[in-house]
Amino acid sequence: MDNQMINKSLAELSVGLQSGKFSSVELTQFYLDRIASHDSELNAFITVTAEQALATAKTADEKIASGSASGLTGIPLAHKDIFCTDGVKTSAGSKMLDNFIAPYNATVVEKLKSISMPMLGKTNMDEFAMGSSNENSYYGAVKNPWDLDRVPGGSSGGSAAAVAAKLAPIATGTDTGGSIRQPASLTGITGIKPTYGRVSRYGMIAYASSLDQGGVFASSAADSALLLEAMSGFDAKDSTSVDIPVPDYSTTLNDSLQGLKIGLPKEYFEEGLNSEVAKVIEAAVEEYKKLGAEIIEVSLPNTHLAIPAYYVIAPAEASSNLSRFDGVRYGYRCEDPVDLTDMYMRSRGDAFGREVKRRIMTGTYALSAGYYDAYYLKAQKIRRLISEDFQKVFEKVDVIMGPVAPETAFKIGEKSDDPISMYLSDIYTIALNLAGLPGMSVPAGFANNMPVGLQIIGNAFTEGKMLNVAHQYQQATDWHKQTPSKYAVSEGEK
Amino acid sequence: MEWETVIGLEIHAQLSTKSKLFSGSSIEYGQEPNTQANVVDLAMPGVLPVLNAEAVRMAAMFGLAIGAPIGRGNVFARKNYFYPDLPQGYQISQFDKPIVELGHIDITLEDGETKRVGVTRAHLEQDAGKSLHEDFAGMTGIDLNRSGTPLLEIVSEPDMRSAKEAVAYMKKIHELVQYLGINDGNLQEGSFRCDANVSVRPKGQEEFGTRAELKNINSFKFVERAINIEVERQIDLIEDGGSVVQETRLYDPDKNETRSMRSKEEANDYRYFPDPDLLPIEITDEFLEEVRKTLPELPGVKFKRFVEEYDLSEYDAGVLTANIATADYFESVAKSADAKLAANWITGELSSHLNKEDLSINDSPVNAAMLTGLIKRIEDKTISGKIAKQVFEAMWNAEGGTDESAADKVIDAKGLKQITDSGAIESIIDEIIANNPAQVEQFQSGKDKVFGFFVGQVMKASQGKANPAQVNQMLKDKLST
Repeated sequence: MDNQMINKSLAELSVGLQSGKFSSVELTQFYLDRIASHDSELNAFITVTAEQALATAKTADEKIASGSASGLTGIPLAHKDIFCTDGVKTSAGSKMLDNFIAPYNATVVEKLKSISMPMLGKTNMDEFAMGSSNENSYYGAVKNPWDLDRVPGGSSGGSAAAVAAKLAPIATGTDTGGSIRQPASLTGITGIKPTYGRVSRYGMIAYASSLDQGGVFASSAADSALLLEAMSGFDAKDSTSVDIPVPDYSTTLNDSLQGLKIGLPKEYFEEGLNSEVAKVIEAAVEEYKKLGAEIIEVSLPNTHLAIPAYYVIAPAEASSNLSRFDGVRYGYRCEDPVDLTDMYMRSRGDAFGREVKRRIMTGTYALSAGYYDAYYLKAQKIRRLISEDFQKVFEKVDVIMGPVAPETAFKIGEKSDDPISMYLSDIYTIALNLAGLPGMSVPAGFANNMPVGLQIIGNAFTEGKMLNVAHQYQQATDWHKQTPSKYAVSEGEK
Repeated sequence: MEWETVIGLEIHAQLSTKSKLFSGSSIEYGQEPNTQANVVDLAMPGVLPVLNAEAVRMAAMFGLAIGAPIGRGNVFARKNYFYPDLPQGYQISQFDKPIVELGHIDITLEDGETKRVGVTRAHLEQDAGKSLHEDFAGMTGIDLNRSGTPLLEIVSEPDMRSAKEAVAYMKKIHELVQYLGINDGNLQEGSFRCDANVSVRPKGQEEFGTRAELKNINSFKFVERAINIEVERQIDLIEDGGSVVQETRLYDPDKNETRSMRSKEEANDYRYFPDPDLLPIEITDEFLEEVRKTLPELPGVKFKRFVEEYDLSEYDAGVLTANIATADYFESVAKSADAKLAANWITGELSSHLNKEDLSINDSPVNAAMLTGLIKRIEDKTISGKIAKQVFEAMWNAEGGTDESAADKVIDAKGLKQITDSGAIESIIDEIIANNPAQVEQFQSGKDKVFGFFVGQVMKASQGKANPAQVNQMLKDKLST
């Protein structure tokens, strides 16, 4: 197997598979080998499912041979460990579910399995998707492939690190307040969180139901387009999924950006944004001007309310969503409980980590009698205001651009005792979850030798346009082609 | 001091859907534990609820039947609390935006007066599973078959002023949900359950007293007893200088007493909030129109129609419309036989047989066709009313088959056909007169009462088969000459 494999696009891999240049079993084994050699230092995977992956790969090869394959058949991927996988441990990064073997497949998993995409394994994550650094995992912190002393971002840090280090060509993730875009930005890869309702949440362990949305990590917008299309669509099992057709995202990737209107929210470039990061974003905007785009300064005046509103709504929903982890039917149960209350208290007390407990308590408080109006209802009002801010801006522009995160990847441990400063790192990503809008992170350069992502925000169900906008940039630049040297294979190298 | 009782009821009616409120599992009663619980009912990580449209339709039917507005954007909310038989850690219910808003229902009081009782609201919610404390030696078993079963919680205004009124209301709702076909009315299996909020206040006082909520009162009899005993307790307490505390009390039917379960202070803060997994239910005019078309004739309307169309007494119409099965049985008989006779037979002979054997009318050995056949023979004078009772008895005991010809078969087999041949009757009369000269003399000397004796003798001699009207006429003619 040719090491150049890691530099190939999904389209190229697909051609290789279909033309018989290599088999899915070979391709899958190639990635399993990379995981075996590199993951002990990255800690991107909680579970590696080699046997299953190879079995699916074999099926994929048979489908390819019999001509019943689709474009992605045989291409391996990794799933964030928040998606339920039938017969495979699904932990959500928590001690609570360390012993939990899911009895069913999430819709996303089922869809990709049905086209025989081998699952390499389940990736590490902040416990129950609560975190921005992947330090909140029961399975330990994930390392950023660009600098092993730094975080990969979170909560989908395992998926991001796996794709960035080429341990998987693509991976799934989920994004509740930035959990795809921020790690994509911090690890220099492409990530997209689609519109709320675009991808089924069935089988995706809930953190904050009204904000959670599954999405994609890939090495390019073109690769993202293929996987997103395969994952998307209405699901009768998810009442919040939306029944509108999934476009063929790949066909519009090459549309011209001549006359594209890009909005730059002034609030995203104010105090708090690292100046080096700002320079990278400004350069990217310059590149778009060259591609024919028109730049318009816009305002999202309620941006500063997004974090406070989010940290009421998300914990409120989480406090209820996580009630099912009670030690009764599955998951962790404490030893020798003396009575019911003891069982609840010690099972939950022992098995949930600090950040999860913090959010359960915050959310419980926000929903309590006497506080509901002041916190939860007010936060919902802010949510509407934020949504209206975006709708006003989208009357004038096609997409909004800005930074994904105020800084590049920070050091492991640097913020772990300061939850507020950690929460503030989500300032540019959280608002669009509240509005249900799609967002992307596209590699746009480096600041202090660490990757910086450009955020592209679209109106609801305009993923096709966003992918087009990202792809055109990636045609003109090669930031997305950078790989940490340790995991890179230079051209010509075998 | 004179006290006034104030009662409001919360009724939980299990909807007669095929599957659960938010999952496809069956809700059939009495199955092996945990055989009707899928990943959604078990609240596995990642699962999501999907609303059962049939439950919404049934709730809307109820709303229309009590003249209530249907919440156009009604919302499911989570009621959060921990209990082992509540797998999600919250119950999906409705809070500030229920599907059925303020409606009303009319009840008939003992004095025949009609009283209108407000129905504050009715909302959809999931039932919990069951905790089984026996058979597990110090542990608790959990059966999730019932978990997620659709319930309609029907909350009344505090409009009832006595236990009897409360029972009348409960019966009325019980009757209505069965009329609508949305509940099977089974109190034993718990598909129709009732809690009562009870308070007392000095007569004339406007302000309500502090209420206690009574639980575990799942029969009409217990509702009446529990309320009465609770009212007594509250009055005694206040008159002894104490005061009622707001609490939940459990009724113990064996001891006929209520006892404290938990106080208001111990009550949970349920932290209701809209369930983010479910969108608000939008009710359209078109949907309501469709539901309206499926509404059966409601008890009150049916009652009026029975009085007018069949010329029945209000009493008979009331008995016949008390449940839909009886009303249907009656109409089935009355469509081809005399309505008044049908009413009499159903409220009389049939009811007493059913009561004696504790059967529902649906399980009656004498079905509507059989009764129709019997009444037709009374109408055409083939048999008298008295003989008809014998025929009924025989049919009840499975003689004559199960269709309309059953009565004829019994009449033939037993030779019960009425004698209308005047020659035959005349010869019996002649014989009786000849054998009883003393009585003839008495009659002729003016003792009219003796006439009854002759009728009895003739009927006896004819084994009850002589046509009574003919016997009367002919006896009169013969004795007067």
